[in-house]
Amino acid sequence: MTEANSLETDRTPGLKRVVIETLSRVEGHGKVTLLLDEEGHVRQARLHIVEFRGFEKFIQGRPYWEVPVMVQRLCGICPVSHHLAASKAMDLVVGVDQLTPTAEKVRRLMHYGQILQSHALHFFHLSSPDLLFGFDSDVARRNIVGVAAAHPDLARRGVLLRKFGQEVIRVTAGKRIHGTGSVPGGVNRSVPPAERRTLREQCTQVIEWSREAVHLVKRLFEQNLEQYRDFATFPSHSLALVRADGAMDLYHGGLRALSAGGETLFDHADYCEYWERILEDVKPWSYMKFPFLRELGPEDGWYRVGPLTRVTGCDFIPSPLAEQERRDFLAFDNGSAARATLGFHWARMIEMLHAAEVIASLLADDDVCGDDLMAYGERRRRGVGVIEAPRGTLIHHYRVDEHDQVVRANLIVSTTHNNEAMNRAIRAVARRYLDGRTLTEGLLNHIEVAVRAFDPCLSCATHALGKMPLAVELADADGNVIDSLRRDGG
Amino acid sequence: MSAPVVVFAVGNPSRGDDAIGPALAARLEAEDLAEVEVVVDFQLQVEHALDLDGRDLAIFVDAAVGVDPPYDLKQVRPSRDRSHTSHALSPAAVLETFERCTGKAAPPAWVLAVRGESFELGTELSAAARANLEAAWHILRALSAGPALGP
Repeated sequence: MTEANSLETDRTPGLKRVVIETLSRVEGHGKVTLLLDEEGHVRQARLHIVEFRGFEKFIQGRPYWEVPVMVQRLCGICPVSHHLAASKAMDLVVGVDQLTPTAEKVRRLMHYGQILQSHALHFFHLSSPDLLFGFDSDVARRNIVGVAAAHPDLARRGVLLRKFGQEVIRVTAGKRIHGTGSVPGGVNRSVPPAERRTLREQCTQVIEWSREAVHLVKRLFEQNLEQYRDFATFPSHSLALVRADGAMDLYHGGLRALSAGGETLFDHADYCEYWERILEDVKPWSYMKFPFLRELGPEDGWYRVGPLTRVTGCDFIPSPLAEQERRDFLAFDNGSAARATLGFHWARMIEMLHAAEVIASLLADDDVCGDDLMAYGERRRRGVGVIEAPRGTLIHHYRVDEHDQVVRANLIVSTTHNNEAMNRAIRAVARRYLDGRTLTEGLLNHIEVAVRAFDPCLSCATHALGKMPLAVELADADGNVIDSLRRDGG
Repeated sequence: MSAPVVVFAVGNPSRGDDAIGPALAARLEAEDLAEVEVVVDFQLQVEHALDLDGRDLAIFVDAAVGVDPPYDLKQVRPSRDRSHTSHALSPAAVLETFERCTGKAAPPAWVLAVRGESFELGTELSAAARANLEAAWHILRALSAGPALGP
């Protein structure tokens, strides 16, 4: 495959290329290239991603009120996050700084439903096979069907948790996909009382299953502490939204950045001027940008986003069970899990539990069935919406002209924020597990396990049958293929 | 009471020929057949296993590469394939998940894979895809009329 060579920029003589074509159980299409020296040591590790290229252009020229619905076509996994981030940006465009209580609570319900379903999907059906069967286990077993066979109750819970989250989305957004519930300035529906009752009846069970999932990850750490603590682990800065009082808030807040050592780099920064804090670097070998903290520069300012940074970066979680689990997580083994890359899984389950608690709380609030849905204000030309999506901080930025058309859009998605961190994780794993000569399924899955911890979304929802094979090639510096592996798609 | 036939139509309508599944779904929904429920989504997921409960027949419709035009129609059985290599599951894996999670036998199922050529963001269905879709519509309509009218 010659494409691998065309993507590389390092032409140092004597380097060999290990190419991993599309990662398994990661959204969309990705490719990893590992550059080896003569001794077989890893010189470079790069994750190439076909990202949201072209979507900003796709939006340009559209009327602003269409955007919250259109952007859902970015992603089949977290369409609600894009729906809400765009809605928040367009709230500002229509001059609304404060939603009605019903609108805000319905949107929050929708968002936490999304968090719950996405985290359940990721853990039970994408990551638990690695964690339950081991990183080196048979690839044919290391999938949800394998989990279902060995742990049928666990698999069933994963399905039902995901289904519950999808139902919350359907009730608040109107449909499971392509929902239209959130509109600039508010929402166009509230929760029907009958649907509210049905969902409330399930909340106790959903909270309990979520709590057990947290404990499952904790047991996995306890059983294999060294591996879980050290696997692909490295220090990094972090970024997340927090509420004004420092609490975790996945729907709204100010930007908080912490250094690798835990010092505050900035706090409660207004996301409407995110470019004062975050800039984006570009590199010739990747379509995806590399965001960095402006005050630290592109070399040192890279950071992580997502469940781990949110759980460790907030002052507290404002729901009792999740807060207790957060404290246990931070205290575990002197905080080693909170620094570990695989700590993402533990943190993700704490967030799932928090989402379940928030959903129960919101469903108990009569406001979600209210009829004051819209707020109004004076038109503006610019809007920025930021939300904590399941995978991390998501930024939507639009400029709208006097004809109501979007003339500029900039999206920084969670996976982009984590770009540099994922590259570092791959390099850490490759240096430890690659012998330089042999391409093995075990090595590939170790790399995939590292990348999957970040739960990246690598592309935009094109899933035609047969489009996602996993091809692996080992080529020498001249492009001659000397080894290859391939996993066929469905 | 579930409709006896469930049709899963998969694809992103904003991505060129990936819209084949949703386009066929829209046409089928317009027929308003009492015995057919149409489920449209970007991709197949684990919760779709629950949509199989109580059905006599399941049909999966998706754009496809690597099949001869205009379409490929095959019966699919529950299996532990390796296709769940992303956030999406294959039809076989959805069937298998249903059986594992419910303990029931999955209904008979068919995959209608319609040949697509281009999957670029913001593009329309290609001319070839439109032709393939027309050919596939007739077999989908006949198949969704019920198990007794299967191919």
